[in-house]
Amino acid sequence: MKSSVIIFPGSNCDRDMDVALKKFGFKNKMVWHDDNELPKSDLIVLPGGFSYGDYLRCGSIAGKSNIIKSVIKFAQSGGLVLGICNGFQILTETGLLPGILQQNKNIEFICKNVHVKVADKSNKYFKNIKKEILELHIAHNEGNYFCSNNDLKFLEDNNQIAVKYCNAKGNCNLESNPNGALKNIAGVFNKEKNILGMMPHPERMIDKYLSGEDGALFFQNLIGNLG
Amino acid sequence: MEVTEKIAVDHGLKKEEFAKICELLKRIPNITELALFSAMWNEHCSYKSSRKHLKNLHTKGKKVIQGPGENAGIIDIGDDDAIVFKIESHNHPSFIEPYQGAATGVGGIMRDVFTMGARPIANLNSIHFGSPQNKKTKNLLRGVVKGIGGYGNCIGVPTIAGQTCFDESYNGNILVNAMTLGLVNKNKIFYSKAAGINKPVIYVGSKTGRDGIHGASMASAIFDEKIEEKKPTVQVGDPFTEKLLLEACLELMADNSIIAIQDMGAAGLTSSSIEMASKGKLGIEINLNKVPCREEKMTPYEIMLSESQERMLIVLEKGMEDKAKKIFDKWNLDFAVIGKTTNSKKIELYFDKIKVADVPINLLAENAPMYDRKWKKNKLPQKIKFKKEDFKSLNLSDCLKKIISNPNISNKQWIWNQYDHTVMGDTIQKPGGDAGVVRVHGTNKAVAACVDSSALYCYAHPLTGGKQVVCESWRNLISVGSEPIAITNCLNFGNPEKEKNMGEFVECVQGISDASKYLNFPVVSGNVSFYNETKDKGIKPTPSIGGVGLIKDYKNMITMDFKNPDNIILVIGKTEGHLPQSIFAREILSEKKGPPPEINLFNEKNNGESVAKIIKEKLVEACHDVSLGGILVAIAKMCIKGQKGAKLNNIKSLTSKYEYFFGEDQGRYIIEVKKENLKKVNELLKENSVHFEEIGKVTTDNLSYNNVLKISIEDLNKTYTNWLSNYMVN
Repeated sequence: MKSSVIIFPGSNCDRDMDVALKKFGFKNKMVWHDDNELPKSDLIVLPGGFSYGDYLRCGSIAGKSNIIKSVIKFAQSGGLVLGICNGFQILTETGLLPGILQQNKNIEFICKNVHVKVADKSNKYFKNIKKEILELHIAHNEGNYFCSNNDLKFLEDNNQIAVKYCNAKGNCNLESNPNGALKNIAGVFNKEKNILGMMPHPERMIDKYLSGEDGALFFQNLIGNLG
Repeated sequence: MEVTEKIAVDHGLKKEEFAKICELLKRIPNITELALFSAMWNEHCSYKSSRKHLKNLHTKGKKVIQGPGENAGIIDIGDDDAIVFKIESHNHPSFIEPYQGAATGVGGIMRDVFTMGARPIANLNSIHFGSPQNKKTKNLLRGVVKGIGGYGNCIGVPTIAGQTCFDESYNGNILVNAMTLGLVNKNKIFYSKAAGINKPVIYVGSKTGRDGIHGASMASAIFDEKIEEKKPTVQVGDPFTEKLLLEACLELMADNSIIAIQDMGAAGLTSSSIEMASKGKLGIEINLNKVPCREEKMTPYEIMLSESQERMLIVLEKGMEDKAKKIFDKWNLDFAVIGKTTNSKKIELYFDKIKVADVPINLLAENAPMYDRKWKKNKLPQKIKFKKEDFKSLNLSDCLKKIISNPNISNKQWIWNQYDHTVMGDTIQKPGGDAGVVRVHGTNKAVAACVDSSALYCYAHPLTGGKQVVCESWRNLISVGSEPIAITNCLNFGNPEKEKNMGEFVECVQGISDASKYLNFPVVSGNVSFYNETKDKGIKPTPSIGGVGLIKDYKNMITMDFKNPDNIILVIGKTEGHLPQSIFAREILSEKKGPPPEINLFNEKNNGESVAKIIKEKLVEACHDVSLGGILVAIAKMCIKGQKGAKLNNIKSLTSKYEYFFGEDQGRYIIEVKKENLKKVNELLKENSVHFEEIGKVTTDNLSYNNVLKISIEDLNKTYTNWLSNYMVN
């Protein structure tokens, strides 16, 4: 399986993503934001970080960068595009995913482990994953998902909500919502479910010496589903 | 403009220093030259009050690749890997403008590290604030934490450990000390010593603006009511540009085109150009019209004193300019050839084709004043003996709760949850432990780092306090299973022109030196921050020590959380029950007098090495050093972190239980061992003549002692955790 990770100026989880993808069997290439062409890939990843210093709005300038035109084309033709954290913000800025990511409700950067409930398994990202609840790590200042009522209805009607913040028992309540996200939404798909944006970082939890191993499950499952 | 004595004094120079400058130059300097002198001769750059004493520090060791005197210190961790690290203060700016002050402190220390060719892999910080009741404290804390996070998070370097203290002596002068560790191949280290004549001098990074002018001299001044007016001297940080600068510099460093490189920190272009030339015994010529400026009509004076952030000065091999420029173009950074090295041994500045400064380098650097300031010896305070009646009305449970919710002990999660501590994917011990630990990427090795200070001990007796901080750092590193290698120190003190403050400095440095020599734990880098004084009130002497250790196989790392019920809890080291200067004496008995706990370096070393040995033999399940608050606080924290309880035995010691549980005797550790390993542990400890006691066992819930203490872990955790978040919200 071939993957590509886009590096924007200010990306800072690009290497971590590269390490994770390779660890679970992807042949990964790094792609510079100023390039026009994408290498042949089965998966494109927009990594976390502070692309263009978060200037203007998180993800907004990256959403207009050179390479993003090819990413949009790739996504629209059904290719798998995964945006983590800042990558999720970029995907909403391009319009590939609905909604926006506002500043966290407590107006503070939050770095901690959270639980998320896998809300839909009819997609290549979560199909066959055994667990219902994953423990993942978040690290962001703008992860407070919001969308219009119409968009929300559309998301719910089409099972486009991918993961929701919950507690260890799987209850999605106010206490388990770290950032004020609408309906505890931590990640969403497009209608076709080839595009996934989510705030949690699976690439930071890929062995037992780190914060946890559920990120490893995510990648193992993903490459399995692509085979 | 004719430079007068008054103008010189306004620039922070003393009258006699100005006279000396005129004598050395054999003329009156012009305003640009005065700017150079004021920057280079101030305390911050010249270390004029501290140099004499810093020479006494223990700085050598088998693993030391680079000691003090460079951008940062470097230690060897084997297999061609080396760790570059340093701690630095950004106290004065952070008090005036907490967000930018703290942010640029982090930015500055990271530049010091990547200037040497290292990729930063971990950040730490030690921050000190005034009393929580002081009306400024909350906003300062909020701003500083946001600033540290704002910068480090954006660059993508994990903040893995830190320390936060509150004490009224910081009401008018907070301390923000930032530390960075970087990883470098020991054959690819870059230094700031220029070499060769006619080599191009390159400016890269952000453009130069008017921010931070006089920053270095502000950092060497005492605060008064007009401090708000100094706001424009605080630099403004842009972590995004620094991230680009980091990547561009590391890309350029991959080939052999750099001769010397130096970041523009305090006193900006002035100190960076002069230091590079001085170290290479060369001259330097700069055309100031070539310096990329962000504001119009900047004068040579302003360009030379600007402390705009995210800038570097490079001496390049001739002919490599185009190749280097391409890299900086790719990262959208300014790149300008602004001058060349010369054999004149002078700094010569040109602006609009006129020579605006012409000063021999040695007058600015080596000839900077060095003072042997008068200092007063500090006597060891008289012993205080507590009587049985002092403890009569106390309740063990209430005392424990009061102490673990004390601002200086309680959980600082509110702070470190705002720092990205997991980016780079190698953080295996997060903040909240004895030390932060990151893996050396792609290897079995890991590096442990911690930062400590103990101003109360240093204030009571600087010599003992200085030793204690080094020992505490050593213990923290031992506790996570690492081999302590070296330290960096940030020496925060009051006004060196006062004999008392100077005495505190001299004796703390002596203490640091004694302990680091004995423990073979050398100082490889550091900085001094004097004049932490407002309206005649100085801070308590506060040396912050950053320690670094190596874990050869990260799978053997130790954490402090209790692991399994029925395991045995041991106290390593002798408990005498020393209460004076303890948090218990202060908070429960309201007694602030008396000597700090004594440091016995022999026991310290023996106990530490013995604990390291039993850890190496894989006989230890959990380990935590006993520090502020004593044994009971240490055990409570181990319970909370492990979500386990502990049942403590009847103490055999002759001291009162309060002295036993809350005394702050040094050189002690709490360890958890499996029953089946107890015998072997006993033998090993006895073999090394280490005093130890079996104090109890791990249980599933409740921390209990006889019938006088029984607290559920949930209750304990709430008490420990809620203070800071409640304080910040209300």
